[in-house]
Amino acid sequence: MVHFLECVVKAVSELVTRPKDSLGQFDILVIGGGVVGTAIARSLARYRWKTALVERFAELSFGTSKANSGIVHAGFHSTPGTLKAELCSKGCLMFPDLTSELDVEYKQNGVIMVAMSDEETDKLHMYLKQGEENRVPGMQFLSGDELRSREPNLSDRVVAGIFAPTGGVVSPFELTLALGENAAANGVSVFLETEVTGMEVRDRSIVQVNTNKGSIVARLVINAAGLYADKVANMAGDYSFTIRPRKGEEYLLDKRLEGTVHSTIFPLPTPVSKGILVIPTVHGNLMLGPTAEDTDDREDLSTTFEGFQQIFSMCSKMVNGLSPSDLIATFAGLRPASNRDDFVIGPSEQARNLINVGGIESPGLTAAPAIAEMVLEIVKDMSSDLGLSIEENEDYDPTRPGVRRFRCMTDEQRAAAIAEDPLFARIVCRCEQVTEAEIVDAIRRGARTLDGVKLRTRTGMGRCQGGFCTSRVMKILSRELGIPMTSITKRGGESRILLYEIKGLLSASSDSVGVVGSDRTLSSGASVDTSGGDSKA
Amino acid sequence: MTASVQERDLVVIGGGPAGLAAALAAKEDGIDDVLIIERSDELGGILNQCIHNGFGIHLFEKELTGPEYAERFIKDVMKEQIECLTGTVVTGLSREREITAVGQESGLLKIKAKAVVLAMGCRERTRSAIHIPGDRPAGVFTAGTIQQLINLDGYLPGKTVVILGSGDIGLIMARRLTLEGVKVQGVVEIMSYPGGLNRNIAQCLNDFGIPLYLSHTVVEIRGKERVEGVVVAPVDSRRVPILDRSFYVPCDTIVLSVGLIPENELSRMADVRLSSTTSGAYVDENLQTSVDGIFACGNVLHVHDVVDFVTRESWRAGKNAARFIKSGLPQCGIAVKPGKNVRYVVPHVVSGEQDVEFFLRVSRPMGRSVLSIQPGLREVRQRIVKPSEMISVTLSADVIAKAKSSGEIRFELDERGTGQ
Repeated sequence: MVHFLECVVKAVSELVTRPKDSLGQFDILVIGGGVVGTAIARSLARYRWKTALVERFAELSFGTSKANSGIVHAGFHSTPGTLKAELCSKGCLMFPDLTSELDVEYKQNGVIMVAMSDEETDKLHMYLKQGEENRVPGMQFLSGDELRSREPNLSDRVVAGIFAPTGGVVSPFELTLALGENAAANGVSVFLETEVTGMEVRDRSIVQVNTNKGSIVARLVINAAGLYADKVANMAGDYSFTIRPRKGEEYLLDKRLEGTVHSTIFPLPTPVSKGILVIPTVHGNLMLGPTAEDTDDREDLSTTFEGFQQIFSMCSKMVNGLSPSDLIATFAGLRPASNRDDFVIGPSEQARNLINVGGIESPGLTAAPAIAEMVLEIVKDMSSDLGLSIEENEDYDPTRPGVRRFRCMTDEQRAAAIAEDPLFARIVCRCEQVTEAEIVDAIRRGARTLDGVKLRTRTGMGRCQGGFCTSRVMKILSRELGIPMTSITKRGGESRILLYEIKGLLSASSDSVGVVGSDRTLSSGASVDTSGGDSKA
Repeated sequence: MTASVQERDLVVIGGGPAGLAAALAAKEDGIDDVLIIERSDELGGILNQCIHNGFGIHLFEKELTGPEYAERFIKDVMKEQIECLTGTVVTGLSREREITAVGQESGLLKIKAKAVVLAMGCRERTRSAIHIPGDRPAGVFTAGTIQQLINLDGYLPGKTVVILGSGDIGLIMARRLTLEGVKVQGVVEIMSYPGGLNRNIAQCLNDFGIPLYLSHTVVEIRGKERVEGVVVAPVDSRRVPILDRSFYVPCDTIVLSVGLIPENELSRMADVRLSSTTSGAYVDENLQTSVDGIFACGNVLHVHDVVDFVTRESWRAGKNAARFIKSGLPQCGIAVKPGKNVRYVVPHVVSGEQDVEFFLRVSRPMGRSVLSIQPGLREVRQRIVKPSEMISVTLSADVIAKAKSSGEIRFELDERGTGQ
């Protein structure tokens, strides 16, 4: 009770003393905590600018980046001369160093684009030429049989293909979370559950950015707001582009099928997407997808029966041995496609202190590190006009403390890890072999929701989908964060998992979940259920 | 840091009802060096969260609760001083019966066993496994997870629930939730008959006025952050949803009771041959898998509906593991085949040298039926048969031996004429 009242008193006093200007003054504000926003924030941290990043969700990467296919594209898909082509080719080559600095799992498994007719084979030559223009190294044209000797499970329909060795796979959320963690370690202030609600613009300059948590003053605003990048630009009087989401459904299969294919298998692209792929994920699952469906709903993450049918029929044409009986997870993401054919990156023509980084659809994940470098150069160009000095941050450290993953260790490494920390001997998620030590580490690195732990450690990502470990992970979250079980959410907001304590619905008024009776100390002690409100001040 | 390899006679993987019975049986037959490895902190397995009664009717002629049933075996295990490692997860198993395990007490452990009994149980089918389209909010649970959260952890998921699937755990949770003040809007079942036992339909749904929608399914889940409702539709005879007759049911929680899958990941590591029908191992009459000295029993072998049968089967597995260690086991040469209207029969291969209890499931509900076993014997069944109720048939060695010449024994089921 005391704790709850203290929160109320504190919240009220904050309202009185800091009515508006609560989040502070910064040199640069980055809007958006996806892979693009976090990559930019990390690059900016190399200089002595006071930088803030705001993200509307409970944790970084919870928007579009979470549902990305995780492919590091070699770069032959994009039309030469476009920003997509330039930044994709550049970004792809940055991945080996970037992922090693951040200790993010990355596999350079190569990509194969297959043709299933003579007509398609002709088109392959066009992509081969395009790849050469985009300076994609090591591409090869291979016959159907040559491809099958490399990938025995390719179907007999495949008559030819392009192999590009520099393509790879990465975990998009792991990368985003790592970029954000490293940015924060280098001094960037990260504000979560902070949604931009408006801007005050004077004389074509943004003088204040308003959020649901208070306002922010910054000399320069970088708009990496993904699905809402156009809305954010609009707030500054910039109507130069619009975003129309394109939904993609993904279907993840059991690890039993690991090794079915080694490289990522692409069909020929369609007019709106790179087509539906068979992806050997960096974690050893097979993933099928994504579909490409234009939508006007920027929050629609539903999967559909049509998507399911389309994906299995497309993928089965390219690869043998795929069956819906191996499905373990399905999800959808929204690509922030713009009304331009290309990425929209550059200083706003309307607002003097705004840089737009919008329309970052595929190959946005691959391009992200190169986009960050490009934005850094734009910031430097604009710095004198904005009164920003360019001073290097000598304390900048690009490396993130390594993540110890039990599932990746040899038996000898496991024994050593257990000797150091006995929590490595407690396997919490048995499907993915995640230990309590890793969960505690994830929480110390910032996880505060069930999905936050899941994306960092893989708890609940295996074949039982959290059936056995959900309650155990929640208990660890509850213990480490000091919050009641009934306050833990799946991914922030109203996504609480357990709404009541046992017997909570049998008391006089079942609608009020304010305070739990003192006689109920069965399982979790005298916890106070503040589920009606936000218990994190 | 490399752990030295321990040599053990028998290692039982799993400390639920199957593992406990197998360990006790082997001990009774003179194997003193028995080790049970259990991943939870307590022995008893899923029985610990089954606080309802109905366990032990066949074996003890009593209606025990799950924990009471487990307790009887745990006490015996303690009395026999069988070594148990709890909180310990087996991470590796080879054909040569080398086991790697990780636990807080023992750290990383390597064991070479003379025999291994697989008793890991099963897991629940998930939302994705049956691909229900729609949003991805919080509030979608499997029935077993809900059972654990309520009965062991002391929490309720929400206050209005729709249950998909009429498996036994789903039915039992319908009653449990209702007793906790939760409104169960209904149980939705895609098949035209219930998936669970008759007594559970009566005691868990009918007694509480909870509607059962047969030949219906959930076609969409709605809710951005937390579940807000589901769209339910009737299905046609091919189980295709009839969408223009769909209706919306508001709820904050969805509970799935849509089937169990034997957890055979370790079996796969040891190259144990698996059946696509049961998702469990191929076993002979001794419950030995395709790998010498590796046995399987309980829900990891095939999903049972009554724990008493798990105990009986596992007892045999333990006895035969003991025999294997002491003197080896004879080869079996008669293949067991499911025929008309029979989905599966366990064991898959027999010798004709000893009596065998067969467990089988039918592929569809039928009225009074005749079970015929070819060649040789014909057994008449008087009662109604359903896929949800496992049938047990014991055949004597001389009856089975008649199949030696053909090398095959076949189980078939025929519905009796309506006039009979």
